[in-house]
Amino acid sequence: MEMLTEERDNVVIITLQEERLDAHNSGELKSQLLSLFEDGKVNIIVDLGAVRFIDSSGLGALVSGFKNASAQEGKLKLAALQNQVKSMFELTRLHRVFEIFPSNEDALNSFQQA
Amino acid sequence: MGNKLEMDITVPNQTHYLGLIGKIGENIAYTLKNFNNNREELAYHINLVLTEAMANAIKHANNNDPDKEVHISINVTDNKLYIRVYDQGQGFDISQKNQLQPDPLEGHGRGIFLIHALMDSVTYTSCENGNVLEMVRSLDSGARPQSEGETETGADQE
Repeated sequence: MEMLTEERDNVVIITLQEERLDAHNSGELKSQLLSLFEDGKVNIIVDLGAVRFIDSSGLGALVSGFKNASAQEGKLKLAALQNQVKSMFELTRLHRVFEIFPSNEDALNSFQQA
Repeated sequence: MGNKLEMDITVPNQTHYLGLIGKIGENIAYTLKNFNNNREELAYHINLVLTEAMANAIKHANNNDPDKEVHISINVTDNKLYIRVYDQGQGFDISQKNQLQPDPLEGHGRGIFLIHALMDSVTYTSCENGNVLEMVRSLDSGARPQSEGETETGADQE
């Protein structure tokens, strides 16, 4: 899975560079998140701007990351969801679980204000 | 002239092919004639139910066995879309509990719920060499089931 990872102000931003986050590649995102948690990096933004399709496995990988971050007093937030992707969060009620921001910058600002 | 389309595809039992089949499903939505609802949404939904059904077949029914195959049949008549996904395994659970809205914090278990939410009827029955998951959706305008309470399922294939 293609993704860019950068750290700004103690927040790790993962920018997915795939059109699909599905049962084929969601395991890699899950592993990447676990690796970050093992390194003590628990404040994370996942930028989904390039993702135009997400399935239940993709949602599950993000939920797993959210729970792991929360368990370590951190937060996993989402940014830049396309409309159809956002509708999947709404259908599964996950829009009530995640903090979702229009852009990375907005998500980053929310960490600084916390 | 109405819609008439029949397509049969067989792919190896690998998640690598999810994107290919999903894309074919999306393209079908854009070729339908006389469809007056949200075509972009329909394209996403067909992509999603194909992806979910195939992933279940590959991982749960066929146990990730690389020697097995998944057969997909897509039929469109004037006002209905039929998608059938055939596996070669012991099957997987689409029982009542999996149709319910899962706890948002569950890490898995949303696939069957999504299929039920987006299609009008869903059946899973045994057939020669395995099982077939049949999903049907009306292409007529009007309300479509959006929750598990409005979907139907049964033991018999239509």
